[in-house]
Amino acid sequence: MTRSARRTRRMLPLAGVGVAALLALSACSSSDGSTPAKADSSGSASPKLSGTVTVFAAASLKESFTTLGRQFEQQHPGTKVAFNFGGSDTLAASITSGAPADVFAAASPKTMAIVTDKKDTASAPSTFARNQLEIATLPGNPDKVASLKDLTDPELKVVLCDKTVPCGAAAQKVLDAGGIKVTPVSYEQDVKAALNKVELKEADASLVYKTDVKSAAGKVQGVEFPESKDAINDYPIAPLKNSKNADAAAAFIALVKSADGQKVLAQAGFLKP
Amino acid sequence: MTELKQPAAARPGKGGPRRPRVRAARRGVPLPLLVPGLLAMAFLLVPLLALLVRAPWRSLPSQLASTEVWQALQLSLISATAATAVALVLGVPLAWLLARTEFPGRGLVRALVTLPLVLPPVVGGVALLLALGRNGIVGKSLDAWFGITLPFTTAGVVVAEAFVAMPFLVISVEGTLRAADPRYEEAATTLGASRFTAFRRVTLPLIAPGIAAGAVLAWARALGEFGATITFAGNFPGRTQTMPLAVYLALQNDPEAAIALSLILLAVSIAVLAGLRDRWMTGA
Repeated sequence: MTRSARRTRRMLPLAGVGVAALLALSACSSSDGSTPAKADSSGSASPKLSGTVTVFAAASLKESFTTLGRQFEQQHPGTKVAFNFGGSDTLAASITSGAPADVFAAASPKTMAIVTDKKDTASAPSTFARNQLEIATLPGNPDKVASLKDLTDPELKVVLCDKTVPCGAAAQKVLDAGGIKVTPVSYEQDVKAALNKVELKEADASLVYKTDVKSAAGKVQGVEFPESKDAINDYPIAPLKNSKNADAAAAFIALVKSADGQKVLAQAGFLKP
Repeated sequence: MTELKQPAAARPGKGGPRRPRVRAARRGVPLPLLVPGLLAMAFLLVPLLALLVRAPWRSLPSQLASTEVWQALQLSLISATAATAVALVLGVPLAWLLARTEFPGRGLVRALVTLPLVLPPVVGGVALLLALGRNGIVGKSLDAWFGITLPFTTAGVVVAEAFVAMPFLVISVEGTLRAADPRYEEAATTLGASRFTAFRRVTLPLIAPGIAAGAVLAWARALGEFGATITFAGNFPGRTQTMPLAVYLALQNDPEAAIALSLILLAVSIAVLAGLRDRWMTGA
């Protein structure tokens, strides 16, 4: 075998690794597989709704909004509701950098303000639900967690949301209000991540929303605590200025705020606005 | 980092790309290769340039001064290096087994070993939790027998990074081994060397460039690892908050800080990789 032939043979696998590297690196981006719908330019006052409504919604709304999305599609055949659930801040950041969305439902007024400050909403946001914190513990509460103060036990592995996301800000607020200092093992990137750590039994307790405890359906046990009244979170919703489907966006928001929508939200554990 | 006055036009900074020196006509670069090649270069470099152009150069010094950034950077460098070391110690023998021994189902094993390459990192993190977590298949015993819990510890960060980065090394080394002539080893064994001695004294030096290339790839991948780390090791400043985690969370409320942190990470990794290149990547 000649030397050059051997070198080519040696380079081939390296090239393969390069391709594989590219492939793997591309796996690191967050998915946003929604495409804006073609606007229905019929221009009539009460058009028949069609096309896709893209809703960016806080992670804690996942269950209730998925149900509402199905209801919406049944009520308006020919429409499709595409959801992008995530941390409110991440969603707000992607909206202000031009992500194609029609509706934004945030888990806190502060994160909604990121979008309104940039004048990216079509009209003023309105509160459609409220949420309260609860302690999530392992099923059966083996560690006998009964109050917020119990979370200071150094034997206990506690996870909190990071202060940059609404559930973390709320947790900080109730802890400060109670004058309690908790050292968690981790500050999670969103509320579902904090809940998952308890669901997987990797952490003993976490501060999450009532709705999250409910959605975990028995995999965690909720413990209410009085300080949670100090940090009840308002959930604002708003149509977005760059919406390609403004009519459908307005209709979806109307559904969320209707009696039907409120019923679904209440079932998920949200408080009335 | 030098202070740059932001020009109105996008002028590449120090780290900007050099104009490709196209030797026209004499060697003849075929157009169907030149155009997509330049397009690829632009595609890879323009986003980085955008980072440089939009970088908050003014606040960079104050960002650098914060202890959290140093903590995260230090942790990133240490854990990526440790993960690469783990990958080398375990991955090179695995690559040798795959390249030099015959056993049933070898092709399947090779495919499975490279799975973490295509697995979404977050899923990798969950898989690690289910295996090595406090309640995991293996983790349960680790906890019960040795009192070792990996999640939420710096060791957990290293495990997560090694899990994602090791396949790069294995593929790279295995490819090099396949390309390397096995007759040198065979000659050594016929001259009385044991198989391990032959591996240590003949094969290893022979494939060193391939190992180096694989290690660099693995290190870079470990340095940028986000999904598996935050899922398996969580996020606690100074213990498990690596640079990518810090960047992600900074992005939530201070995009400028996030860009600054990214630049720091970029600069450090470029410096390290360039340093290594001069050291022992020559001729690879």
